[in-house]
Amino acid sequence: MEKYQTLTGIAAPMPLVNIDTDMIIPKVFLKTIKRSGLGVNLFDEMRYDRQGNEIADFVLNKPQYRNAEILVAGDNFGCGSSREHAPWALADFGIKAIISTSFADIFYNNSFKNGILPIVMPQDVVDVLMKDAEKGENARMTVDLENQTVTTSDGQEFKFEVDSFKKHCLLNGLDDIGLTMEKASHIDTYEAKLAAERPWA
Amino acid sequence: MTAPKTIYDKIWDAHVVSEDADGTCLLYIDRHLVHEVTSPQAFEGLRMAGRKVRAPEKTIAVPDHNVPTTLDRASGVIDNEESRIQVEALDKNAKDFGIHYYPVSDVRQGIVHIVGPEQGWTLPGMTVVCGDSHTATHGAFGALAHGIGTSEVEHVLATQTLIQKKSKNMKVEITGKLRPGVTAKDITLSVIGHTGTGGGTGYVIEYCGEAIRDLSMEGRMTVCNMAIEGGARAGLIAPDEKTFEYCKGRPHAPKGAAWEAAVAYWKTLFTDEGAHFDKVVTIKGEDIAPVVTWGTSPEDVLPITATVPAPEDFKGGKVEAAKRALDYMGLTAGQKLTDIEIDTVFIGSCTNGRIEDLRAAAEILKGKKIKDGMRAMVVPGSGLVRAQAEEEGLADIFKDAGFEWRMAGCSMCLAMNPDQLAEGERCASTSNRNFEGRQGYKGRTHLVSPAMAAAAAITGRLTDVREMM
Repeated sequence: MEKYQTLTGIAAPMPLVNIDTDMIIPKVFLKTIKRSGLGVNLFDEMRYDRQGNEIADFVLNKPQYRNAEILVAGDNFGCGSSREHAPWALADFGIKAIISTSFADIFYNNSFKNGILPIVMPQDVVDVLMKDAEKGENARMTVDLENQTVTTSDGQEFKFEVDSFKKHCLLNGLDDIGLTMEKASHIDTYEAKLAAERPWA
Repeated sequence: MTAPKTIYDKIWDAHVVSEDADGTCLLYIDRHLVHEVTSPQAFEGLRMAGRKVRAPEKTIAVPDHNVPTTLDRASGVIDNEESRIQVEALDKNAKDFGIHYYPVSDVRQGIVHIVGPEQGWTLPGMTVVCGDSHTATHGAFGALAHGIGTSEVEHVLATQTLIQKKSKNMKVEITGKLRPGVTAKDITLSVIGHTGTGGGTGYVIEYCGEAIRDLSMEGRMTVCNMAIEGGARAGLIAPDEKTFEYCKGRPHAPKGAAWEAAVAYWKTLFTDEGAHFDKVVTIKGEDIAPVVTWGTSPEDVLPITATVPAPEDFKGGKVEAAKRALDYMGLTAGQKLTDIEIDTVFIGSCTNGRIEDLRAAAEILKGKKIKDGMRAMVVPGSGLVRAQAEEEGLADIFKDAGFEWRMAGCSMCLAMNPDQLAEGERCASTSNRNFEGRQGYKGRTHLVSPAMAAAAAITGRLTDVREMM
């Protein structure tokens, strides 16, 4: 995975609450056996009509948001299925950070594994950021993971919290499996204990 | 003396392989369930890195999301090419990596969350994961069970562990008795209606109370299944005699002395007196009515006797969401829920595709016919549920009433196979999600219990099942 860099980019406003993973990537696109190429179908049913024509008033179809790299979204973003196709589609489209008041648990974890930073902010801050995002392409937000800040186009800075391990992995582009493999001796020890104490497992 | 622990604390502690200073843990996984949709990229990742499956004997695969449920599927042909490729990829991956496998042709095939418990893979005190959010189902056994993404599937395949931080403890207590006509599905939907779809975010829920204890294992699975719709990482129920009885004699449950040792351990899996919960929700069993969903979020729950709400009844971002939901669902505020006419009934899914669910629906349908023009389908959760239902005469009741009697799979719950709603088609469904497009592009879903679905099939509209009892 690439190292996560400080990002200054266009933020798109999506104030709808409970944006679920079926909206982010409908199931018809889950039949792939690859990770790549899903960006064109991101938000497919909201973004295109049945003939495949773009729906003009959908935010990511508007000229000022076509190159958005940040989403500012309503509460409980990413609820629903565990499909990692959702962050794959977002990442493939070019989204690198999502800001909301809360995220569904599995989506939150999946995002970090795909170079997307989900940022939890309180409602009043999300309101400010949503307003900023509504200004369009001239309003560029900055997301600084190292210092854990989001800065609006007019220079207002907001701190956010992030798990230290997840931050470390994202900043350094680390592969989880490789890290865990280094702890193989711990797993061996655990399995030996398990075989003695709970052999049926 | 150690501090009192919740059952979640106990299971968590028993599975920590190592812990970092910041609380990040490596958690051991006892059972890894795999299906065809969220695993191909994970197996591919193993191949690219030259890695093996660390514990193939703890890894169980079954195709379910994509498989056709039509009776002619025995011919082995899947018409949709992409679906066929996914199922074939799982066939190959299971063989190449030496994991347990129930192919489409096996009578034991079915929805992964129904097959796991049925075959005795799921046992109390275990950690169970699967690349599917409804893995929460297995919590009914007092197991810590949750969904994971494909990167985590690959991580578990390679290491038999997950990198995790502990969630907070939440208690959902359902006190007293349920009233007639009220089922496990009504409990779980009512809890989500109460807490909202984000109410459980950051928590593992323990369901407890007399009404939960009174449920069968099937009912408990229905309750835990939808913990994810409430936002929780997992939901679980402390094991008891009913749990042990269900597990005993299953193909992969321990036998003989090992069984005795296992039961002795399982009996230690309960929440200690005085253990701390970070959040507590208490609902009286007698206050729960048969419910339906009216909108496009599982939190949009109302008693069947209610009317469709207005957007102004809500606050904040939910006002806009409700407006959008009413438009999508083609409903008007103030309309009686029992006046909503439906086109289709779907009985099945990992929420309500077990034998008890089919019995409950058949009980209502016995000797009756579905409304003219109604499309009604029963998709048993596994080949074994299907066989049992045939043996008990339930299949004949469904067929005589006018239902299609299908083969096992996920089917119209998520409509990845040909079982889909058409645009505007309205369905009373025993599944778990009423999201926009979930059961088909522009399809409209009302979530209900199996008995309520059967009642709706007869009358052609959402119906209070209590009127038919």
